[in-house]
Amino acid sequence: MSEAVWVLGASMTKIGRYPDNDLVGLASEASLNALADGGVTIEDMDVLAAGTQFQMGGLGQQLQKQIGQTGIPVYNVMNACATGATAVRTVYMSIKAGESDMGLAVGAEQMGKMGLLGQAPRSEKNVYEPSGRYGAVLPSDGWLGSGTMPAVFGQAGMEYAYEHDGVGFEQFAKVAEKNHAHSALNPLAQYQKVFSLEEIMDARVISYPNTLPMCCPTGDGAAAIVLVSDSKLKTLSLEQQKRAVKVTASVLTSDPWTEAAQVQPDVNTLTRNAAQQAYETAGIGPDELDLVELHDCFATAELIHYDNLGLCEPGGAGAFIDSRAPWRDGSMPVNVSGGLLSKGHPIGMTGAAGVFEIATQLRGEAGDRQIEGAKVGLAHVIGLGSACGIHVLEKSAA
Amino acid sequence: MAKQVPIVDYLVLGDDPHLEAHECTACGAIYFDHRNACAKCGKTEFGTRRLGGTGVVRSFAIVHQAAPGVPVPYVSSVVDLDGGGCVKANVVNVEPDPDKVSLGMKVQFTTFVAGTDDEGTEAVCFGFEPV
Repeated sequence: MSEAVWVLGASMTKIGRYPDNDLVGLASEASLNALADGGVTIEDMDVLAAGTQFQMGGLGQQLQKQIGQTGIPVYNVMNACATGATAVRTVYMSIKAGESDMGLAVGAEQMGKMGLLGQAPRSEKNVYEPSGRYGAVLPSDGWLGSGTMPAVFGQAGMEYAYEHDGVGFEQFAKVAEKNHAHSALNPLAQYQKVFSLEEIMDARVISYPNTLPMCCPTGDGAAAIVLVSDSKLKTLSLEQQKRAVKVTASVLTSDPWTEAAQVQPDVNTLTRNAAQQAYETAGIGPDELDLVELHDCFATAELIHYDNLGLCEPGGAGAFIDSRAPWRDGSMPVNVSGGLLSKGHPIGMTGAAGVFEIATQLRGEAGDRQIEGAKVGLAHVIGLGSACGIHVLEKSAA
Repeated sequence: MAKQVPIVDYLVLGDDPHLEAHECTACGAIYFDHRNACAKCGKTEFGTRRLGGTGVVRSFAIVHQAAPGVPVPYVSSVVDLDGGGCVKANVVNVEPDPDKVSLGMKVQFTTFVAGTDDEGTEAVCFGFEPV
């Protein structure tokens, strides 16, 4: 068995909109802070993995020009909303393989006010000619269902509601009520505004059942994680060892074939597969988790992931949110950072930001949003297409 | 009558409009686009299969915000077809209201004109309406 991997340093920028900065600037800030947080420098890094979804052209190498060109291998990764988790896992694999003692993983995105994702571009040309894999004469989005994200995830939630009792618009809205409330305690969140359940349910509908506060915003930000091998960590200071957080599972899955997923993304099956692998690898069950950061790109998504990650009884996600179990003072705190709904969701950053949040909580350094005594946490992301990343972290025993 | 073309090539027009899919001859998996090999079993031979015209609403969302030029609100859905297969389409001829559309609702195939191009050719789209 290869040796264990630990989080040595972690950092994220506050999520927001930075028209006067750029992607490389944000990634540099997070990287330098993560290195300083770990008490190391770029000279100590054996590998760099950098992820972003929307900007072409080698973020990793551009980043090196800002923080240090040491000639180490660079992996530029792109995996939709799982990009940041993929960067973390790339460094993890390099250490597991014995090629590296230490590495830096960065996820970054600058989206600005990108607006609705998933809408098809409209053409000005107006003579019908079949094109593309489906021989379409018109952009089919809007005519043959919707590929916009609020609708895709809205439908995923409604499918769960169809299959299970006690799930409806109000349960989905309660998820958003919780995450917006949680974000008020997180100074790194893009928004820190509390909404009442009524305000959420009465808000402008984007795609029913998702109203505006049930949809994540677009934004800018970067997060960086320094990973270290077990043997290397033992050579570092006691303070570094005490703050280190063990990575007990790092999992990445894609879609296995399912019939419905041929026409509409299936966010459930690959999450369930990833969760099963993560729990087996970490040697724990979901009941041993002290907190979870999961992929609440839309309120409907969070609710179905309670079930996919085994946080609630099978089919019981509605009763789970009704019982307030996933609130920060409940039995299974979920998205105490404010989640994607309010902390924000710069696509390529998100997977690394989830690992940052769990590591910060397990170190007991989360300030006002600290979950007291947290020892084990899980960070989950899913990118459509699809890729699901899960990391399980455990507090150092040192 | 104006010349008509289907909005996508898996919609077959004529006197008896219906959907036609590529079917893996080995495992029966259904695809609306060409696949080099079957995503379910990896085999490479495909035939065609006519799909059923009735089904049930497996999931829906009521879209209020879409790309410019797309009429809103509309009901986006995935329909489980009787006889096998599922398809993404709008639920049409129904008020786009959560009280009027329900999960598991029985629906049937229908076609309608989605637009006309500069040469007068009509694009025919399909949807599903309550039975």
